[in-house]
Amino acid sequence: MSTVTSAVRLPQKGSALVFLQRYGVYLAIALLLLFNLFFTPNFMTIDNFRVQFIQVVPVLIVALGMALVIGTEGIDLSVGAVMALSAAVIPLYIGYGPLPAAILAVLAGCLIGLANGTMIALIGVQPIVATLSLMVAGRGIALLVADEQLKSVIDPGFLALGRGTIAGVPYSVLLALVLVGLVAVLVNRTTFGKQLVSIGGSRRAAELAGLPVKRVLITIYILAAALASIAGIIQTARLSASVPSTVGNLIELSAITAVVIGGTPLSGGQVKVLGTVAGALLLQLIAASLIKHNVPDAYSQITQAVIILLAVYLQRGKAVLK
Amino acid sequence: MSLALEPSVGPATTKQVTRERIAGNVQRYGAAIVLGLLLVVGSFAFPTFPTLSNFTNIATQSSFLLIVAVGMTFVILTGGIDLSVGSVYALGGILAAYGSTWGIAGAVLLPLLACGTVGILQGLLIAYGGMAPFIVTLAGLLGIRGLVFALTNEGANTPLIKDASVTALGQGGMLGLRWPVVIAVVVVVIGSVLLARGRGSQTVLAVGGSESAAVLMGLPVARVKFSVYVVSGLCAGLAGALNAAYSSSGVPTVGVGLELSAIAAVVIGGTLLTGGRGNLIGTTAGVLLLTVIQNLINQIGSLTSSVQAVVSGIFLAVVVIIQTVLSRTQRL
Repeated sequence: MSTVTSAVRLPQKGSALVFLQRYGVYLAIALLLLFNLFFTPNFMTIDNFRVQFIQVVPVLIVALGMALVIGTEGIDLSVGAVMALSAAVIPLYIGYGPLPAAILAVLAGCLIGLANGTMIALIGVQPIVATLSLMVAGRGIALLVADEQLKSVIDPGFLALGRGTIAGVPYSVLLALVLVGLVAVLVNRTTFGKQLVSIGGSRRAAELAGLPVKRVLITIYILAAALASIAGIIQTARLSASVPSTVGNLIELSAITAVVIGGTPLSGGQVKVLGTVAGALLLQLIAASLIKHNVPDAYSQITQAVIILLAVYLQRGKAVLK
Repeated sequence: MSLALEPSVGPATTKQVTRERIAGNVQRYGAAIVLGLLLVVGSFAFPTFPTLSNFTNIATQSSFLLIVAVGMTFVILTGGIDLSVGSVYALGGILAAYGSTWGIAGAVLLPLLACGTVGILQGLLIAYGGMAPFIVTLAGLLGIRGLVFALTNEGANTPLIKDASVTALGQGGMLGLRWPVVIAVVVVVIGSVLLARGRGSQTVLAVGGSESAAVLMGLPVARVKFSVYVVSGLCAGLAGALNAAYSSSGVPTVGVGLELSAIAAVVIGGTLLTGGRGNLIGTTAGVLLLTVIQNLINQIGSLTSSVQAVVSGIFLAVVVIIQTVLSRTQRL
């Protein structure tokens, strides 16, 4: 955002607007839960929440990586293609066991991240086109790797990732929680995290301050790809099949939405990890609430669009305040 | 980002000037040169490629994307982006089909009216609301697609066009060219004239070059930013309506991912995504290039659409890398 937007009146500290900007997403979740408590039968049950958490996991994990990328003032459109590639790699190596297959799938995804990072950090291509080109090429590669076929995966160890639970909590949800914790520590407690947000704040200033800007940027895009690959693996385990043609389709949009609703500005310089989690949950709960009230998918899409606009409208002028 | 290499200060040597001129020309005409090469190679490699009917097909296939890409060029020249065009394209198609009950006027005016309104809303939020184009048009992408599905009973209905005069708009033509091709050429010409001579055109380029500088110079920045999204909405709606006329139906799922092809074509055509520099001839070459690559891959026959995706994606990457490197050697 340039100075041109300063026509927007800046909110005063402590005003209702600031409160909404900071806690709006949590408030929205609370209101939605309250609504469902009274008007949706069988919503506030443990079973329902288990289902909602399982469903939100892929978007949430992708959104974590997206939050890191957006924190550097970048964007990653290729995450869906990365999911497809990691899904395509799984059936090729599942014969060696679930863990080697998963590691190879993540490595394959990281190659796309490396390509993104190289183009963006070393050559200076804009993130949106660099990752757009890999979004198109990546899914093509995934389909070629998979011979353009859907392959079922029947390895029981691998499928446990999609179905197993500890004390009623699914493995995939636990994994997501661990990843949220790791990313939160990375952003808030490490030098790398500080470098990340300073690049997003001003790449020029970060360069002049002698930060390893290129190395950090490449690492960020590789991390985003690694997280997307994990999401692809989880999705494959849940479906018991590798479906590279559709897995992760349009997930970049949901992930960006979750990040933005969560309060991370697209202009970079901040990463809100908890906000991103809340953003992903909010999207999931909205979709679930609308489905339970038999609202057609078309209207839930329109609702989602209005919510994005509202959330971003409320956050105007925030970057100046920080 | 030209951060790494500052433009050199002081008088330029003749050698530098020549190198910059070559770099500038490659960036401007690169797509056209590659297109020419591909046409020559394709003609020698595949006997079925250089036929009149094949070229007519390429022209028709390109025309819809080209109209969308013209609007996108205007948006990108201001340093913005319009992700909603794919959904607006579908909306245009649906409304053309519904509007065709009132004949050709309904089939054209209804989509233009609705899609222009979408452009107006997005333009207002971006230019006067101070919101990021990426987010506003992303919401547009989701919301308008939702609207399309709401209008067609969750995509279950595919409204057909029964009016013969409307289908003639898509399938008829003159001088061996179908109407969509003729209209696309007209749109490119009008757009080019506007860019070269229009009153707002200098402002479009200035906003893309540096928005704050344009504001400080007292240019009508907000008005111009607003207008480009209206133009983009109108173009996407027109293209969608023509496509519906061509296929005799408004298909709710059409145009998914179209925004990406349009952006790719504009960028391949030499328009900088940062705004401020570019032209519609380049965009035309970019659109034709994408279609010709697709056509050539189809000629090989044994190759699938996945190969096509890989080739298009890598091609886009190579083009932007070359462009980025070239724009560094130029003194800005």
